[in-house]
Amino acid sequence: MSANNVTNVLIVGVGGQGIILASDVLSKVAGRVGHEVKKNEIHGMAQRGGSVSSHVRFGKTVSSPIIKAGEADVLLSFEQLETIRYWPYLSAKGKVIVNDHKILPPAVFTGQQEYPPDILQQIKECVPDAVFVKGDDVAGKIGNPRVVNVILLGVLSKYLDMPGEAYEEVLKESLKPKLVDINLKAFRQGRSLG
Amino acid sequence: MSGNEAIARGAYEAGVILASAYPGTPSTEILENIGQHYPEIRAGWAPNEKVALEVASGGSYGGARSIAVMKHVGLNVAADPFMTLSYTGVNGGLVIVVCDDPEMHSSQNEQDTRHYARFGKAPCLEPSDSQEAKDMMAVALKMSEDFDTPVILRSSTRVSHSMSPVELGKRTSGPRELGLKKDFTKNVMLPAFARRRHPVVEQRLKDLAEFAETFPYNKIMMGDESIGIISAGIAYQYAREAMPDASFLKLGMTWPLPKKLIEEFASKVKRLVVIEELDPITEENVRLMGIKVEGKELTGLCGELSPEKVEAALMGSSSAKPAAAIQMELPLRPPNMCPGCPHRATFSALKKNKVYVSGDIGCYTLGALPPMGMLDHCLCMGAGIGIASGLDRALGDLAKGKAVAVIGDSTFFHSGMTPLLDLAYNGGSTTVIIMDNRTTAMTGAQPHPGTGYTLREDPTTSVDVEKLAESFGFRRIRTVNPYLVIELEKVVKEELEAAEPSLIIARAPCALLKADRILPDKPLRIKEDVCKGCKTCINTGCPALEFVKLEKKIEGDKRKGYSRINEALCVGCRTCMELCKFDAIEEAS
Repeated sequence: MSANNVTNVLIVGVGGQGIILASDVLSKVAGRVGHEVKKNEIHGMAQRGGSVSSHVRFGKTVSSPIIKAGEADVLLSFEQLETIRYWPYLSAKGKVIVNDHKILPPAVFTGQQEYPPDILQQIKECVPDAVFVKGDDVAGKIGNPRVVNVILLGVLSKYLDMPGEAYEEVLKESLKPKLVDINLKAFRQGRSLG
Repeated sequence: MSGNEAIARGAYEAGVILASAYPGTPSTEILENIGQHYPEIRAGWAPNEKVALEVASGGSYGGARSIAVMKHVGLNVAADPFMTLSYTGVNGGLVIVVCDDPEMHSSQNEQDTRHYARFGKAPCLEPSDSQEAKDMMAVALKMSEDFDTPVILRSSTRVSHSMSPVELGKRTSGPRELGLKKDFTKNVMLPAFARRRHPVVEQRLKDLAEFAETFPYNKIMMGDESIGIISAGIAYQYAREAMPDASFLKLGMTWPLPKKLIEEFASKVKRLVVIEELDPITEENVRLMGIKVEGKELTGLCGELSPEKVEAALMGSSSAKPAAAIQMELPLRPPNMCPGCPHRATFSALKKNKVYVSGDIGCYTLGALPPMGMLDHCLCMGAGIGIASGLDRALGDLAKGKAVAVIGDSTFFHSGMTPLLDLAYNGGSTTVIIMDNRTTAMTGAQPHPGTGYTLREDPTTSVDVEKLAESFGFRRIRTVNPYLVIELEKVVKEELEAAEPSLIIARAPCALLKADRILPDKPLRIKEDVCKGCKTCINTGCPALEFVKLEKKIEGDKRKGYSRINEALCVGCRTCMELCKFDAIEEAS
């Protein structure tokens, strides 16, 4: 935790990966267990396959909805390369969780630039206890590629001091009934990883 | 609640009867929320912000609490009614919600709406979180009625899109009786009557400045007296975060400013700093009061503020202890047109004609980015038609057969109809393409006057664009399915050769729309052995395509690589298939 006992979680990735839902659930959980919560994300053009970030801050009193650079307690990244883009937000004591998945940016899929080859290795050198998760593979096994966000939320939940039941309750309330079971499965699977 | 949800809730609780808006990031969700959750409010999308404000003015003149909602550049469009509305004043409370976009997350400039408050001599309120956003709506409406003025409620991207807790209240109603009341010396701005109103406006501004002295949202919070910070909106939150123990004057009303309160605060602190986003409006006005103050030399004029920027401005450096840096050159990840986007097909046809394209604001602005690179101008909503026509008229033969304007359907209804009329009226040989994707796509698919349904999905009339252009005097009007790229390319060529204005309507629903879908949603695949690796398909920039480099030279194979389609992303629009000269693309089985 950073100054004033506020926990800063930065969730990043690519538009369409379900980052907003994951951060919505996280903020509701934090609110439910009695924290003051603020959250901010970038909408608009970012939805067209652009880079997306969502800041969630919770604790006793929270002023800024944005995390200060260098003060993220957890950096949860849904995509390899995006981890590095938001790396300057990570605190020296921060936890890193990376979904081992690549989404090629335009300059790469058009063959003009290379996707940096050794991202995970460099992260490991900087932060030896970084957690890598093959979220997309796990989602495939569960039977719905779209639940990768909730799997990663499950992984994240292990490193935050809030009860798993609170997440499950919020998931039940936030999702359409037919999606609840598969997402609870995804959350539990995520919690068992990492 | 997000700031935008809170503003919508505030309107509901304060008894707003009428709401009108044109979508624009970061303001869009306000009217969407009203549409979804508050049927008590009569609400609808206007074709543009000028109309939205005029509709809200009508509601207000009739005694109804009314709001118009827009992004910062929307107020440019609505500036005409706004400036004189300040003279007529209101009847029912009238609030103009304007959301600024510092850092231009999704905008073409970062103008500061407080200038309009000063320009129009109207008050400006600024919430710093969602609770204030909700509460200040009611405060603004009452202020509007008490002082007989339109009130600007100014938000910003970070206030509108941040979530923080909000305490809810019940719906109340405004104080004015509804009805048609004749008062022509106040409401008809003929010169003689406007001359009488101007002194009223000047006195009102003085009264508002006096009111600002005791306005409860302008408050001094004394702490450490060695530094006093004057701030408002999200900038206040950043400053609080950076220096929780400093003394603060938090402004809830940023125009007009409370002179005595500022003097009192300045006298109590050793060092006075204004932390404000965008322009130094508060800072310069404090200086005009003869008070020594610091501001923009610390925070800078450009871009949005952030907790670390404000901390560095106030303390010289950040107290954060960041993780060790990772040095790596990162490919950018700009927003991109979606797989199956009809605009990509239209731009592909234009690329083959080697034209010079004037456009404006919408998803199609993304056509400027590589590898497409097919947009040469973007100024403001609706500007592309006028620019193309101006190029054509000024350059004559130099632009002949090359000057093309592209405009989306929603933007066309917003401000493209008058330049199209100008083109018909004044002539020339400009070709205009309406990229009609049947929605307001960039802001998340809001309906408009061409879609046939309203904010609340009620069926309504739908504009016949072809007939409209015909009535303007256009003789050359062609409607094409843009996915038939080769046909569209031919049509563009023919119209460019014509010696009179032409209109092409490239019509296909946005690839994200579920209704009226014409995309087959069956992926294509590339025959790897047939593909020559020419990259024609790759250069459309479709995210479903990828260029695979050949690792090893194969005997007799001159290719550097070949294209591959990601079947999970491909929706089968066939733009690449139309463009492929080697018949290398087929339906995936």
